[in-house]
Amino acid sequence: MGSPHPRGGLSPGMSASPAPSPDPGDVARYVDQVAPLLGLTIPPECREGVARNVGLLLAAGLLIGDFPVGDTETAPVFRP
Amino acid sequence: MTRTDALGLAADIRARRVAARAVVLSALERVRARDASLNCFTAILAESALREAQAVDAAIAAGKDPGPLAGVPFAVKNLFDVAGLTTLAGSKINAAHPPAARDATVVGRLRGAGAVLLGALNMDEYAFGFTTENSHYGPTRNPHDPTRVAGGSSGGSAAAVAGGLVPLALGSDTNGSIRVPAALCGVFGLKPTYGRLSRAGAALFGISFDHVGPLATSVRDLAAAYDVMQGPDPDDPVCAGRAPEPCLPHLGDGLRGLRIAVADGHFAARGEPEVFAAVHGVAKALGAVRRVTMPENDRARAAATIITASEGASLHMDDLKSRPMDFDPMTRDRFLAGALVPAALYVRAQRFRAWYRERVREIFGDVDVLLAPTTPFPAPRIGQETTTVDGLQVPTRPMLGLYTQPLSFIGLPVISVPVSGAGPLPLGVQLVAAPWNEAALFRIAAVLERDGVAASRIAG
Repeated sequence: MGSPHPRGGLSPGMSASPAPSPDPGDVARYVDQVAPLLGLTIPPECREGVARNVGLLLAAGLLIGDFPVGDTETAPVFRP
Repeated sequence: MTRTDALGLAADIRARRVAARAVVLSALERVRARDASLNCFTAILAESALREAQAVDAAIAAGKDPGPLAGVPFAVKNLFDVAGLTTLAGSKINAAHPPAARDATVVGRLRGAGAVLLGALNMDEYAFGFTTENSHYGPTRNPHDPTRVAGGSSGGSAAAVAGGLVPLALGSDTNGSIRVPAALCGVFGLKPTYGRLSRAGAALFGISFDHVGPLATSVRDLAAAYDVMQGPDPDDPVCAGRAPEPCLPHLGDGLRGLRIAVADGHFAARGEPEVFAAVHGVAKALGAVRRVTMPENDRARAAATIITASEGASLHMDDLKSRPMDFDPMTRDRFLAGALVPAALYVRAQRFRAWYRERVREIFGDVDVLLAPTTPFPAPRIGQETTTVDGLQVPTRPMLGLYTQPLSFIGLPVISVPVSGAGPLPLGVQLVAAPWNEAALFRIAAVLERDGVAASRIAG
């Protein structure tokens, strides 16, 4: 139900803004190294699309990463 | 009212002007005639529907009350459990699952109110899309132009209502999946407050903002369905313990005391001119002149995207590990990518969500309802990868959630109303309220419908 999409960008608003995005080579190496450590085998035909989408998610992370949110408390409510 | 008006049908059935069995037979006939081209249904429950309709007729003949939706045909997105039917959630993987043992809570409540379930409806795989271009079951087509998408992920639900197959359908909405297809198909759609309606028995996707809700051809049908589905449910930990707050009795209360404003900034940019003309028309009809700006909506979308991808991938992790090629190519890469998001980003996105909720809460301190477009453009063609908006080429599918995603992110209740005279293709406008204030949305939607500013568009 939403972005990012394998055949498109995360958000035109974000891509049109000066928001930073990670180096595609770094992202491809991240996918290649982290996926097997998590037990995921990325099918060869999906490698490019997965890396593109990981890049979009990491770019989204950069967009919110340094935004000051103050002392927000977001602990999930868990009642033993 | 249209010929497919649910409460109108129920009134005729209760007064024995027509038999529920005849209504259901005729609906099944329409489904058979039209669904070959629209591709809304993935399962048609003809036998059980006729049995249920006969039970409604028998109850009425015996002087009993079968409920406010007596004999009304409806259908549900195939992520809702239906007793005896396998819950596909748009996937091939789930087709091997055993049939559901019982109905999802909201399906059971509609049936308990006398409605008759005709079948299950197509969707994007595991609800991860805005277009219902499902590679396993085929795309659902827009009843107003079969070369175009119905929207998604509840595309089968919106197209079934707009195609006149059923007067009422259920969908789910995580980032816009009720509102986008409702707008693109020209029907009313409600995404209630997060936690208002039970999600028990609905396949989840982004657990932090999964919602379920109705789609209908009229405001009173939307309210009637919503009212019977309300109420606490111990089977859903997210469902609030609030008693039902019926909206149907208050549809005629008018606009008195409601402070209505137009959402500016993010919600007034990056769309086709006709989209903003639709919002302007609604604002003018309501006398809304004030404009307010919600802050940091692009960051809200970014955070919603991170949370959705992470939670969605987590729910399907076992299958992503063991059988990634059985996923729909339309969702596979995105699910795999979601599995690789660092946990710190996910937590950061949740912290941003809390910050954003507080800022928006401040806005609702002196406004009751905001107006915003539902989508930045009308239904795109099936397979259309890019769209030109405002002179910029943008990716079609994620762009459809531009105006819906920030609102579901913080659980606000929204009705998407179909605007009258939008052009050859339908368009929707979102009415957005503070949490738990669905009643205000229904009052405004009823005024817009009464004054001809909003009207559903039923094809054929």
